[in-house]
Amino acid sequence: MNELLLVVTIANERVALPAAAVESVVELDTLIPVPRAAPHVAGLSALRSRVLTVIDCMRSLELGTTDCSDGIREAAVVELDGHHYALIVDLVEDVVESLSEPIPVRAAMGTGWERVSQGMVETEQGPLLLVNVAALIAGSEVKAAA
Amino acid sequence: MDDLIADFVAECREMLEALGGEIVAWEAHPADRARLDSIFRFVHTVKGNCGFFEFPRLEALSHAAEDALADVRAGRRQADGALVSAVLAIIDRIGEMVAAIEAGEDMPTGDDNHLIDALAPGAEGAVAPAAATAADAATKASVAPRTIRLSVELLDRVMSTVSDMVLARNELARRLRESENDVHVDGAFERLSSIIAEMRDAITRTRMQRIENLFVGLPRMVRDLSAELGKQVLVDIEGGDVELDREMIEMIRDPLTHIIRNAVDHGIEKPAERLKAGKREIAILSVSARQSGNQILIDIHDDGRGIDGKKLVEKAISGGLVSKDDAAQLSPREQLALIFEAGLSTAKEVTAISGRGVGMDVVRSNIERIGGIVEVDSKPGEGTRMTLRVPLTLTIIPALTVSIAGQHFAIPRSAIEEIVRANGESVTLEHLGGAGVATIRGRRVPEVSLASILGLESNVAEKDRTLVVLRPAGGDVYALSVDRIHDHEELVVKPAAPAVMATGLYAGTTLADDGSPILLFDPAGIAEVGGVRLEAQERAARIAEGPSAAVSKATPVLLFRGLDGGRRALRLAVVDRIEEVPASAVKQAAGQLRVQVGDAILPLAGATGAEIGEGKVRLFRLNDGAHEIGYAFAEVIDFATIEHDIIHAERPGEISGVSLVNGEPAELVDAHWLFANYVGAAAREPDQLVCLVPVWDPWMQNMLRPLIEAAGYRVIDDSDEEAPDVVIACQGEDVPEEASPKTIWLRTEPEAAGKKDQSIYRYDRAGLLMALKSASGGRGK
Repeated sequence: MNELLLVVTIANERVALPAAAVESVVELDTLIPVPRAAPHVAGLSALRSRVLTVIDCMRSLELGTTDCSDGIREAAVVELDGHHYALIVDLVEDVVESLSEPIPVRAAMGTGWERVSQGMVETEQGPLLLVNVAALIAGSEVKAAA
Repeated sequence: MDDLIADFVAECREMLEALGGEIVAWEAHPADRARLDSIFRFVHTVKGNCGFFEFPRLEALSHAAEDALADVRAGRRQADGALVSAVLAIIDRIGEMVAAIEAGEDMPTGDDNHLIDALAPGAEGAVAPAAATAADAATKASVAPRTIRLSVELLDRVMSTVSDMVLARNELARRLRESENDVHVDGAFERLSSIIAEMRDAITRTRMQRIENLFVGLPRMVRDLSAELGKQVLVDIEGGDVELDREMIEMIRDPLTHIIRNAVDHGIEKPAERLKAGKREIAILSVSARQSGNQILIDIHDDGRGIDGKKLVEKAISGGLVSKDDAAQLSPREQLALIFEAGLSTAKEVTAISGRGVGMDVVRSNIERIGGIVEVDSKPGEGTRMTLRVPLTLTIIPALTVSIAGQHFAIPRSAIEEIVRANGESVTLEHLGGAGVATIRGRRVPEVSLASILGLESNVAEKDRTLVVLRPAGGDVYALSVDRIHDHEELVVKPAAPAVMATGLYAGTTLADDGSPILLFDPAGIAEVGGVRLEAQERAARIAEGPSAAVSKATPVLLFRGLDGGRRALRLAVVDRIEEVPASAVKQAAGQLRVQVGDAILPLAGATGAEIGEGKVRLFRLNDGAHEIGYAFAEVIDFATIEHDIIHAERPGEISGVSLVNGEPAELVDAHWLFANYVGAAAREPDQLVCLVPVWDPWMQNMLRPLIEAAGYRVIDDSDEEAPDVVIACQGEDVPEEASPKTIWLRTEPEAAGKKDQSIYRYDRAGLLMALKSASGGRGK
């Protein structure tokens, strides 16, 4: 099991995204807000003539809101069910190889992390939390409904 | 049929090509089961298709090979060299024949029996010529591959790439505009643009499919249904060659099926009932498709018992769908439209086929989801007509871009009724308990502020906003206030992510020319989120209209500039709509200027023909309830009301008078005069005089009839049962006395036979007209 992982920082936490799911890493500049959409939908952006739905990962994890006012943000572009999403992260660090199958984390995490967790994977850089991209995009159900 | 044969040929050749390798492998290992199976499949398919197309020789060949191979498959026989050769010879012969069919030639001559005989166990192979013919067939086949099969996914991928290409071009165009560049770059870019546009057209066409694909299953379905229900139905299908986006065809499949099931189940009566009602035992269900502009119209018409509007209303009242008071105000059309309400079924009993009260509402919502409309029209006892109107394609939508708080949005143009300024003269905005109500030319419509729906702060004062009057598919009118209107654009719309769609406000996303994403609104969604109570409001609006019309004496008029530059006004009520046609659609024909609008030819007023130059002509379509005429104009100035006195013209004419409109004089166009003069002769009054002309006389039918018709008569022949006012007859002919109040006798000789001869020489035009005139006078008109 030598899955490649993209190491990113969300809310000062280093986590891993399955690299196979990530199409590219981009820097977003313009962001068109989507009024009345769920709060974790930061807006829309365009990448090479494609519309990206921008997801604020911090908001999705209920850990606060990413400040998008200062302009350029780094984001990982993923495709889910034919739609392209850009996940706003604090920092994209590296690509590493996973050394183990994901195993459940037995310690108590924050509710947001709990929801998107796919388990813990061992890497050369130590254990990392593997994040479920679909759960990240879905955001907090409770919040979306409210 | 030719299409089907082409398909068959293509399929055979494809299989033959694929089989090439198999045959060789089978020859080497006759016991190889997998190879045997694929060869068996081939002959089996050919056999099945040949029976259908009546290619008896092909059928005999494939049948014989199939039998032999079936024996091998069942283990009754061992595949040996002789059998393999015999089967191969047959396959080669099939290839030869298929090539001949494709080329449209006659079948290769020759007897196939020896090939078939060679299949028999122990037969000596007569297969020597096979190799040669096979080579021939192969070269022939490879000459002209006219069609190829592509997977739908591939086409979709190409389509989406082309859409992306269009968007990329738009972005490039923007960047080019921003930067200084030389003429050569612009020229090259223009060329690229036109190529891309052409390519988009072509690729859009590949996605088009004949609607036949949708219709082909209908006769069978109706047959099964009617057999089950003990009814006799004849299906009449028309317009199968109309092309529609493939995706669209899939979207209307279910609604169409449902409507047809309903028609057979509820609409069409049992044969005995039909006979009692004086109809033919066999009911006719006609399904037709036609293209009208960028819409496809699908009509489903049955001659069954029709829909009883009153019964629908009763049902709706008892089901609590409408209140009694509201129900009393429904027009017949609205009564019928109740059929689309959820939870309403007029069927006496629930059958397995339909009648559970789910269905028509689903049909409507499905059609509306793709931007279509479904209409119903029915006459009790005579039948029902359902019309589906669907857009040609889903992917490119004409839209209007608007902005609110600096952000751009798009609104599908199909939903827009009109655009008015909030501070316009004919518009007032009021607030009732926080809800906005706009009164536009006496009509009250709910007003929804886009800023408050979206929760955005708009810095444009309410007075300075623009109202976009929207009529969402199937819903009722409301006005949406936006900051600013920008542009009309053709947008390549893509579905938005689920998180965005969940808001219910948007129909999709697209990229604007400047490369930034734009959200496309769903007008029905906005109404819902904005809390517009559709049905109730529309009724209220209708009630409000009555009194306001009675109170104000002002006549609403449309102020426009004629082609000659004159400032004119036309009463709003007679203007049906505004059309734009190419100048080539205006022709001098049959004595007056006429214009072709869609399928109709209308008399054209307001122009003498000289003013119609190149390009487009804009015209009002005037309607008096029975006839239509066109009225050409240069531009619309405004909607206005006549509040001042009208100074009438001295003589009746196109202009009935002049009045001050918006502070300046304007000529009032007399619609009555227009209709009287332009429709005049074309109009057929019900009490028109009737003239009987013998149907068997070619001279009368060809030469005389036009003259009589020009004199204002309607011509009938002996087979009509109507009593004629005038009868035309040749001398020496017997005319039944009781049916001839007035008979005009015609003679072929210029000279009268004697003094008592009252007949008229048949080329005496004046005499004939005089006689016709006196005949009409005799009727006391």
